[in-house]
Order: sequence, then structure tokens, then C-alpha cells
Amino acid sequence: MRVPANTATIAHPGVSAGRTIPAGRRGKAMPMIPKLAYRNLFHDRLSLIVTLVGIVFSVVLVAVQFGIYLGSENRIAAMLDQAKGDLWVVALGTKSFDDPSLLSGRERHAVLSTPGVASVEELAVGFVNWRKSKGGSTAALLVGSEITRGSALPWNVTQGSASALIAPSAVAIDSTYFGELGIGKLGDRAEINNMEVVVKAVTTGIRSFTTLPYVFTTLSTARTLLAASPDQSSYTLVNVAPGASIETVRAALANRLPDAEILTHAEFRKRSLDYWLFETGAGAALIAGAALGIIVGIVIVAQTLYASTKDHLNEFATLRALGASAGYINKVILMQAVLSALIGYLLGMVLSLVVIWASQDSTLLIVMTPGLAGMLFGLTVGMCVLAAMCAIFKVIRIDPAVVFSR
Amino acid sequence: MTHSGITMLEARDITKVYRSGAGDVMPLKGVNVDLMAGELTLLMGPSGSGKTTLLSILGCILSPTSGSLRVAGIPTKGLNAEGMADLRRKHVGFVFQAYNLVPTLTALENVMLALDLRGASLSDAPYLAWEALDAVGLSHRAHVSPSKLSGGEKQRVSIARALAGSPSVILADEPTAALDSENGKAVMALLAEVAKDTRRAVLVVTHDHRTLEYGDRMIRIEDGRIASRARRRPTSARGEFDLIEAA
Repeated sequence: MRVPANTATIAHPGVSAGRTIPAGRRGKAMPMIPKLAYRNLFHDRLSLIVTLVGIVFSVVLVAVQFGIYLGSENRIAAMLDQAKGDLWVVALGTKSFDDPSLLSGRERHAVLSTPGVASVEELAVGFVNWRKSKGGSTAALLVGSEITRGSALPWNVTQGSASALIAPSAVAIDSTYFGELGIGKLGDRAEINNMEVVVKAVTTGIRSFTTLPYVFTTLSTARTLLAASPDQSSYTLVNVAPGASIETVRAALANRLPDAEILTHAEFRKRSLDYWLFETGAGAALIAGAALGIIVGIVIVAQTLYASTKDHLNEFATLRALGASAGYINKVILMQAVLSALIGYLLGMVLSLVVIWASQDSTLLIVMTPGLAGMLFGLTVGMCVLAAMCAIFKVIRIDPAVVFSR
Repeated sequence: MTHSGITMLEARDITKVYRSGAGDVMPLKGVNVDLMAGELTLLMGPSGSGKTTLLSILGCILSPTSGSLRVAGIPTKGLNAEGMADLRRKHVGFVFQAYNLVPTLTALENVMLALDLRGASLSDAPYLAWEALDAVGLSHRAHVSPSKLSGGEKQRVSIARALAGSPSVILADEPTAALDSENGKAVMALLAEVAKDTRRAVLVVTHDHRTLEYGDRMIRIEDGRIASRARRRPTSARGEFDLIEAA
């Protein structure tokens, strides 16, 4: 027998070997479980839209809440992360970088004479009254650093230069605080604690969690403006020599400076974050908001998936009657949930990125990281799978005998 | 009649009792049924006689309260719900009165679904599904969804689905009840054709006397008991039966 050109010989188990498959009947079929899940999902468009709205709402809410949380972390820890220091000497009971107190003034020499110390930088930080040139005043946080010795503060200088701060009464402010500080351009003047200062540098993106504007200057100018003695500072940053033990140096410093606390960078960072995010309740509110988003998402998805399953209950009963295992049917429902999660996650992420992009010039810092995106994906899939459980509980109680009663 | 003498399904002393607060209900009271390969057996009886309960038990959907059942030689005693589902999947094909096709799948996909359940590979399934649709004369409607098929076509797809994977037993529940006379006859003729295959037995539950001419045997059930058994008169082409047992 001649085999037509548009046929192929088959030799699959279960199919008679040597028979021919006409064109259009060949090829590998798509697995039925995802196909059935997809068709069930898209069969009722309205129900699908409600499901997706629930998931998207949940994803955006959780993304924004966690994004704000991460943004808050970044802002709270920005100074600590930027100012390089293995150990921080701080006044006893200091809660965060934005809660400064002046140290006694003998820290620098005590630190420098401690074995294992490579370098020291002092920061004079304090609250000041900023008087605008056109009248009115506001509070600000003055940060004086050893700019002449190459301090990492300030950073992101976009106008002027950090070295220009060496000039007497020179300060740097962030462009986002121009309006609040009554500054229009580089070179504008104002008063700090009744002493005239001139803006010699402008930074970008350095915003405080507390909303108080940061004002950068040299250590000596800061001491003058804060009425501190020439030896006093708020923080003493210690860099440990290569090979020296941070813990050993810390113990030695603690012996020498009993009136101060010696914190590692990680400890000071954690203390700052704990204070602002948890002692003030701000972080708890953000986490509660995210949890609410997850709960709302689960409820909406569970409700719509349950309704969808109920709509297709006859089909599931037929599948059961045809011999489908409980696992097979559960896979169909779970696949529906996962498909919903994938579509909802993608839409939710797009919307979240739009929200983040739209808020980039606002006072609210929302951060999206690959880690957060990954966590959101896992959370969305988990949420939908959890929501699918209600539907699965309904389906596993189906009596396949109902197929004969209709 | 082309039966091979092989018993594909054997039910002995099947009893079913439903217990409830209002008292026990006993829809089946010691029923014996044998389905032979190559035969189409008609199960007839009035409403409430126990036909559907018996069909559910023979199809391994319900477990009997007492009695024994063997499908394709496999005893069902001791099987749990998943074991029964496994037996149904491998050895029983169903044809339902309401067709019970999945509305979101095409005719071809409905048949492929049954094949998927029966473990056909993704490369075999399309061909086998086409073959089953060919067998019921519906391959030209393969890509049509059930909502666009006529009642007769839906029932033929349902038969194709039951045929796919070559089960040992095909159980049909009132397959002509929702069809007009012409389609009803076509469906019964198709089931009679299917029953000629000596690898399977076909049981049709019906109260439609127009189906008599297609049966090889007839079992009449009344009040949960077999009232009579009859075999088609070999010389008759019009559904005349010889009584072989009466209660």
C-alpha cells in the first residue's frame, strides 16, 4: 500500500503499529489539565475579571506597603550606610542617627589611642532652626562631617561640590527641600541659629524619614552652628585596622569610654530601624496594611474560585464518574488558581511599577527590589493556592452518582 | 448477536440499603447481572425500580451494601473511592442521558479528556480521539463545541468518549431519552454496532420500547428485583424476545 505524502506512520503503544495518521491528526496534544483549567477560567469572563481585580488589588497593596517599608528602611539607614564606619561611638541611649546628642569631647583621642583602630571620623549632628531669607523658619537636622578628610557625607552632589563646603558658613541641601527651606538656587542664603549660611552645594535624593531636611556642612562649621566645643561631636566613626578584631576593639573602647555606647554598624542600623519602624508603630502599620491586602486577596480569590468551581461542579462530577482521581481534579482547580495568580501578578506588578514611577518625586519613597518582586510572586501564588482549598473541599465531596440524576 | 461467551461484568446478590432517620430504603434486593462481551443488554423497568442505583453500582460509582461485583474479572470488594475510580477509568465507559460533555472543550477535546484520564500519551491521544470520532461518524465536527452540536451529535460524542481507550464495559443511561425518534434510533444503532466488538459488553438502561430491536438480551427490574430475563429471538429482526427467566 502506498502511503500518501501527507500522512505519517505511527508506532505508539496502544495504537496499531503501521497504521497511518493523516495530516492534521498528528502531533503532540497540549496536556488536558492546563487546557481544562484555562478554558474553565476564561469561560466566565466576568468571574475572571473579578478574580483578577482581587489579585491585582492585593498585589498592588502589598507591593506598595512593602515598597514603602523598604523605602523607609533605606531612608532611616541612609546616613549610616553612607558614612563608612565599623564601629559607632554614640551617646548613651541614642535611639537612631536622627536622635543625636553631643558626646563629651574626649572620644577622638581615646579612640585613636586604642590598639587596632585604623581611622576615625567625627560627625556633629543636631537640630537647628533654619530661617528663610524671605521670612519664616523651619527645623532642620544639621550634619557636620570631616569633608577635608574625604568624608562620604554628603553624597549625590549634583550642583556645586562637596569641597565647596570648606568655605566659611557653606552648606549643602537636597534639591527636594528647596521649597521647604526657601531656597531657589545655588548661592542662596539663609540663617541657621541666627548665623548666615550660603548654599554652596546641592544634592539629590537625600531625604530623611522624619521629613526634617538634612543640611550638610563641615565639622567645624557644624560645631559653631550647634554651639559645641571644638572637641565635641555627636558620633565618632571608627574604622578598624585590617586584621584587627572588631569585637576586641569594641571591648577596648567600651572600657575607655564608659559614658558612651559602642555599636557596630549593623547594631546601630537595627536600632534605628527598630525605633522608627516599630517603636513608633509606623512599620507595624505598613505590615498590617500588607497583611490586610493579602487577606482581602485571599478572600476575593477564594470566593470567585469557589463560585467558578460550583459553576463547573457538574463537569467535575462527570470527570469523577469517568474515573478521574481526586488528584486529577485537584490539579485542575490548582492550575486555575496558579493561572489566575500568574495573570494577576503580572498585571499587579505593572500597576505597582506605575505607582512607584508616579511617586518618585513625592515625599513617599516606594522601593521595588528583585527580592520583593520574587517574594510578591511567591505570595501571590501561595495566596491563590490557599484560596483554591475552599473549592477543592467542595469538589472532593462530589458524589459522582449525581451524573445519573440529571 | 456476536457474544463471545466471556463475562465482562458479573454482579451477584447485589443489595443496596440507604439508611436514614425515616427508616431504611432498599432499592436493590439481591440482584444478579452478567454482561457478556459482544452483547448489548437492555435494562428496563419503571421509575423507582432501582435501575439507576444498579447502574451506579455496576459502574463502580456506588458500592453495594452486600453482594459481589467483578468488572473485567477484577473484584471490587475492598476497593476505596480511589480504587473504584481507577477501575472505572480503566474498564468502564459511560454514556449519559444529558451527555455530560465538558462545555468548554470541543468534541475532539472531550474525547481526548477521557483518553487523558485513561493514561493515553500526548502523542497518541489526538489520533485515538480522531479514531473514536470516526467510529461515530463525527470527525467532521471534531472542532465544534458542544453548545453548537445537536442532541444526536452530542450523544455520539458521548459514545466516542466512552469508546476511547477501549473499556471492557460501556454503560449507557437512557441514551435516547433526550433525543427525537430518528436520532434515538441512530444512537441505538451505534451502540449496537459498538456492542458487536467481542472485547466489550454494553448495557443500556432505558424505558424506551423503540430500543428493543437493538438489544441482544433484556433484563427487567421491578421493585429492586430482577423480574425477568429474556434473550432476543435469533430469527427476529424486530425486537422479539424469548423469556428465559421470570421471578
